[in-house]
Formats: sequence, C-alpha cells, structure tokens
Amino acid sequence: MIPEFGHFALIISLGLALLLSVVPLLGSFRGDQKAMAMAPSLAIGQFVFIAIAFACLAWSFVADDFSVALVANHSNSLMPTVLKFAATWGNHEGSMVLWILFLSAWIAAVAVFSTALPLVLLSRVLSVLGFVAVGFLLFSLLTSNPFERILPGTPQDGADLNPLLQDPGMIIHPPLLYMGYVGFSVAFAFAIAALMGGRLDASWARWSRPWTNAAWAFLSLGIMLGSWWAYYELGWGGWWFWDPVENASFMPWLAGTALIHSLAVTEKRGLFRSWTVLLAIFAFSLSLLGTFLVRSGVLTSVHAFASDPARGVFILAFLGLVVGGSLTLYAFRAPAVQSRIGFEWVSRESLLLFNNVVFLVATLTVLFGTLFPLITDALQLGKYSVGPPYFNAVFLPLMALLIPFMGVGPTSRWKRDTGRRWLQELVAPAIAALIIGVLFPFVYGGEFNLWVMLAVILAGWLALAMLRDLYMRLRSSRWRSIPASYWGMQAAHLGFAITVVGVVLVSQYAVERDLKMRPGDVEEVAGYSFTFNSLEPVQGPNYVADGANFTVLRDGKAVAVLQPQKRRYLASGQVMTEAAIDAGPFRDIFIAMGEPLEGGRAWAIRLHYKPFVRWIWAGAIAMAFGAFLTLADRRYRRARQRATAPLGGGLEAA
Amino acid sequence: MHASEPRHRSGVALKRLKLFLPLGLFLVLGGFLLVGLRLDPQALPSALIDKPLPSFSLPALGQERVVDQGMVTGEVSLFNVWATWCVSCRIEHPFLTELALNGLPIYGINYKDEDAEALRWLDELGDPYRLSIVDAEGSLGLDLGVYGAPETYVVDAAGVIRYRHVGVVNELVWAQTLKPIIDELRREQRAGDRS
Repeated sequence: MIPEFGHFALIISLGLALLLSVVPLLGSFRGDQKAMAMAPSLAIGQFVFIAIAFACLAWSFVADDFSVALVANHSNSLMPTVLKFAATWGNHEGSMVLWILFLSAWIAAVAVFSTALPLVLLSRVLSVLGFVAVGFLLFSLLTSNPFERILPGTPQDGADLNPLLQDPGMIIHPPLLYMGYVGFSVAFAFAIAALMGGRLDASWARWSRPWTNAAWAFLSLGIMLGSWWAYYELGWGGWWFWDPVENASFMPWLAGTALIHSLAVTEKRGLFRSWTVLLAIFAFSLSLLGTFLVRSGVLTSVHAFASDPARGVFILAFLGLVVGGSLTLYAFRAPAVQSRIGFEWVSRESLLLFNNVVFLVATLTVLFGTLFPLITDALQLGKYSVGPPYFNAVFLPLMALLIPFMGVGPTSRWKRDTGRRWLQELVAPAIAALIIGVLFPFVYGGEFNLWVMLAVILAGWLALAMLRDLYMRLRSSRWRSIPASYWGMQAAHLGFAITVVGVVLVSQYAVERDLKMRPGDVEEVAGYSFTFNSLEPVQGPNYVADGANFTVLRDGKAVAVLQPQKRRYLASGQVMTEAAIDAGPFRDIFIAMGEPLEGGRAWAIRLHYKPFVRWIWAGAIAMAFGAFLTLADRRYRRARQRATAPLGGGLEAA
Repeated sequence: MHASEPRHRSGVALKRLKLFLPLGLFLVLGGFLLVGLRLDPQALPSALIDKPLPSFSLPALGQERVVDQGMVTGEVSLFNVWATWCVSCRIEHPFLTELALNGLPIYGINYKDEDAEALRWLDELGDPYRLSIVDAEGSLGLDLGVYGAPETYVVDAAGVIRYRHVGVVNELVWAQTLKPIIDELRREQRAGDRS
C-alpha cells in the first residue's frame, strides 16, 4: 500500500500547487486579502505532501519492494541500506521527485521566512513558484511515474544500482545540485513578481540576494562534488570534461554568478534593474534547459538519463511556457522597472558591469558549444560536436580577462573613482604578484612555464589585492563591525584564486604513467617510489574484486599504503575501477588498476602524481562558504524584522 | 515625449523593441530544441550508410607512411574514432582490446589529437588497432560526419560503411548490435567468395 499512498500524496501535492499558482495570484490583482493570505499555508501544505510522497518512495527502496518497477530496476537486496536510500534518486523518476521536494522546500522556506514581505509581493512570488511546481509535478505524474508497479510477475531481486553511482560522493552530489537549480527559481519568482507589480527597488534586491546567494552556494558545492566524484570514481584522474551534463549545471552557475553581482549594484545603487531581472530569468531558464538537455536525449552524453521523447516534448513545452512567458512579460514591463541613474566609467559599477558581460559571454559560449551538435544537425549541416578544445580555447581567456578587474573590485568606489587612486592603492600587490608569478615556475618546476607564470601572476594579484583590502579595512574599523557579506565576498574571491591555481598547476605539472606491473615490482614516478606488494581477491557486499596493495615511499620514508581495486558487481556484471588516493594539500598520489595482463599475473597500473589538484575543490568550497556566509549579514535580518508596507510591488501599478 | 520630438520617439520605440531581443533569441533556441527532439543523435546521416569509405590519404600513427582507404579494407572491420582527450574512449578501450585479441580487425582514426600523446596512450593502455589513421585536422572526420569521439563504424570487405555507432562500445552494444551485423556481413562475404 505504501507506494499507492505515495502516489496519492503526489497527486494531492499537485492539487495544492495548482491552487497556490492560481488563487493568491488572482487575489493579488483583485485586492482580495483572504485569497492572498492563503499562499503560505498552501505552500507549506504542498511541501508536506511531496515530502510524504518522497518518504513513501524512499521506504519502497529501503524495504526492497521489488513490485515497484523503479525499485526493481535500480536497487538490489544486497546493497547496503544507505545505498538503497540513495538509489531513490539515482534514476530519472526518483530524481524528479527529489527535485520537486527541494523546490517545495524552497517555496515553504520563502513562505516561512518572508512574512515581513508585503502580502501582494509575497503572494505573487509564491504563486509563480507554485506554477513551477505544477509543471514538474505534472511532468512526474504524467511522464515519469515513480510508483508504477510490476504486478503480477514481481521480480525476486532488483537489477542493482549503476555501480558508478554506488558511492558517497554520488549520494550527495545530485541533492546539492538540485538545491542549486531549484534555488534559482526563488530569484526568478521575485523577478516575475517585480515585473507584475512594476516596482523594483533596493529593498526588492535586498530580499532577493540571500536566496540567490544560497542557491548559488548549493550549486557550487554540487558542481564541485561532481568534479571530485569524476576524479576518484571514474578511475583516470580527470576532473572536468565539458560533457553536456556537466555544462548543463555549469551554465546556470555562470548566469547565477552574473546575477549575484548585478543584484549587488541594484541593491546599493538602484542601477541595472531590468538587467538584473533578465539575469534572474536567465539563471532559472538555464536550470530548466539543463533539465531538458539531460532528460530528453537530444544530446549524447556519458551520463545522461535514459531518454524518452515524450518527456522531452513535455519539458520543452513547459520551458516554452515559463521562459517564453517571462521574457514576453519582460519585454512589455521592463520599462516600468528601468533605472535612470548614471555612473562614471571609472567606478565600481563599470567593474561589475564588466563582470556581468564576461559571465554572460561565458554562459553563451558554453551554451553554444553544448548545443552545437544539435544546431548543425537541425540545419542539416551534419553531425559535429566541438569537444573540450573549443571550450578551453574560449573559456580560459575569458576567465583570464576577468581577474585583473576582480582585483580592483573591492578597493573601488561606487559612482565615481579615479584611475590614479586605483594605481596608488594597488601598485604594491601588482608588483608583488608579478615577482611571485615569474619566480614560481622556476622555484617549483625548475624551468620556465608560461601558463603557470600567467596563472600565478593573475591568482596572486587577485589574492593580494583582496588581502590588502581586508588589511586596510581592519586598520580603519574593528573586525566585528565588518559585515558578514564582506567576509563572504573575501572568501568567495579568494576561493576563485585558489581554484585558478589548482586548475593550471595540475594541468601543467601532473605526471601520469600507465605501466605493466607484477607483485614485487617497484616503479618511480615524480620522485615517489611505488612498490606493488601483493594482489588478493576481495569480497564486498554486492561485488567481488581484485585488490592490489602498494607501498609508496619518498626518500626511503613510507608515505602511504594504497589499495586500489578492480570490482565486478554481481547483479549487473559491470566492472568498476576503484582508485586509491593519498590526498595532500600540495599533491595527490593516485593509483588505479587497469586491465589484467598475462592471465592475471600482471596488471596495467596507472600511477598518477597530481600536484595542487585539491586546490580546485578547496577553492570551490571557499566560494560556496563565502556565499553561505553572506546569509548571516545583519541587514538581511533587519529587512525581515522591519515589516514596512511600501516595500515591493504595489497594486496601483498592476 | 511629445509629438514635436519624432527623433526621441523613434529612439524610445527602438529601445522598447530591443527588450524583445531576449524573447526572440529564446524562440530561435526553442525552435532548434524542437527540431532536435525529432532528430536522433545516434543515427547516421542516411547518405553515408552503404556508401564506400570517403577517400583519404593520411599518415599512420607512429609510422613513416601514408595510408589511403584502399589499404585498410578487404575484411569486415571496425573503424574506431578515438582521441586522448576523449573520456569515453578510455572506457571502451579495454573492450576494444579484447575484441582485437579475438581477431577482429580494428582500425583507429585518431581524431584531432596530438601524435605524441596518442602514442603514449597506446603504449600505456595497449594498442588494439591494426593501425591508427592520424586525422589531426579532422578532415576525415568531417567527411565521415563524426559527431564526437568515440564513434565506431562497421565497414564490410568491399570498404562500404554498413553501420555507425555513436558512443562507447561495450559488451551490451557488441552482443546486441555490432556482432549480429558483423556475423551477417561475414556470411555475405563467404557466400560471395564461393560464388
């Protein structure tokens, strides 16, 4: 019965979402207080029922109810309970339920935390979010029902979860990613409500900012975990592939980054208003587009979901409705929210405008590269894809172009500044970064390396300019008086510098050797000696494996004992490489088993030395941490306490 | 904004028109997505199926010689598009090696790659290919209509392309798709030899 309860709960949730998307919105235009006041309760009710549906689905997985088709296809009685639970979202249908669960959680959070918002604005925001929820609930119920049964003929055991997904990184990667994706729906809903009301002011931006920052932080963590997972689980040490599915999550992140900076200008200076609204629509549209690309089968990818044209048609229609509708609204209503304040070219506004342009171009570049195969195919020019060389060639210069300006950002003043002041303030960090950058490749690598030099100069410049600004602030004011949003900005920008260093150093200095080794062999890679001690069979809960045992020495001293495995999963027969990694702040040592040779007496072994690879993810964590930190800023809480009527959209303009 | 200011007015109209630009762009994009839904990224343009391999004259990887289409035909064989930058190529590599060990002729098309890196890759992971054609510029790929690596073509003894597979070749693809096609082609070939 439990799966049927879940199915019912899903349907009830759809009903409540339908009410939420219609009743408060109509009320807001007719001035009906009662209808508008229903919005928060509907939002919370909708969340409760989707939570019940999710719990029922999760229970079916954990309790091995193989009469549910989804469980039979994606789980197995031999799997550990934690993995059974995670298998709930390790498939298309279940991940959709998780997606809606998070969307509803965001909606409920807006309903709970935004009671100080003017009722008209709040009811419109919640209605727009309700509409998004209706779309995805319908999608789930009509095209991807997670509770479908196999009766009669229930299988004895399940087909097992894809072994690639049987991993802690994969348990939390999709949830974080979805939190980010759907989080942008809040900024989107605020933007649509502002367009409907025809009013957009500093307080509107202040309301939108924490939600946007939180969504961006989750998305950053989600992307970072995906990259980390690919690194250790796919078994060849790569960490980013420009795969369509990766790009699908990266595009909203890029647009979201532009949005965060544009919102700052809108809040502080009342500028870029219609631009901010457009970016909010973009960021969420790209989240929807990502869903479409991953689940419709229009592009081939290593890790796309099984595709189904009916699903593609549904998401595309929904995409057309939401994005087309909001862009039409934007085209007609943008003049109502446009700002008419000026600023000088040498000012913080221009720097942030530059940031916006770079990130928008980067977004479009990735979008174009991702859709390129589809476009050429649709125009009947043939079937081509652009591949990583294209993305690297266009993306890296854009980021390099960005950094010189990022260093100036925090030091710069709003409205009007002078180039001379910038020069005075920043000449010291610039010279220091140049010296460090030029010396670094010689000191670390022993020879000149152009890319390393450029990367260290840029990252050094950014970090030093940031730290200098922090130092000046601490000299002039007590650290307690510095707002949380400033600390968050510092952490995020320093994180970016750290990621840049990691990306370039690992791509320039990594040493990878693939060798044939037998137990007893010793090999030398990048100054480390690897001894292949032994080879033994390993019995896991739902797999059997060949396990190798290595001792890694440096200068005669033991550094690590590493035990990579080659696993064969029993239910599916799939073979998986479990790499063994000794992680360190300045280098990773990575061993993976390739193929057995000479009838299993020897193995192809990959020995990798990866300097600074952790910096890539450490930087991403710092960026996410910074974005979370800004949520603690007092002015967001003040805004919440001050329940003032004139905030946000008004009836008169509607 | 008075009637006496026509220039100002047209400026405003233009500005308002510009606001429709995002919508217009989205509609174009939506059109492509709609068409894309009806296309199958896995399907070969029908033009190339049952056509001979495009003619080419390209260097062989790690060898001081140039090969053309005539030198790589004569048997039912696989043509595998690969590159060191291609993630999925690593996944299918062991399986291709296994197929080659069982006697299936496989030719590589090393697509938009660096020779040194490609040689290092084959050195380290093993070389399942009879030879690899160096397609550094992607010209052969262009003629074949390569969508992306990895991609595998079944070519019959007469050098005619009979099937194209986009994506990784694994046990499942082999057992369900490629093996039946190759078995059939070999039967045809034997029948042809006898007659």
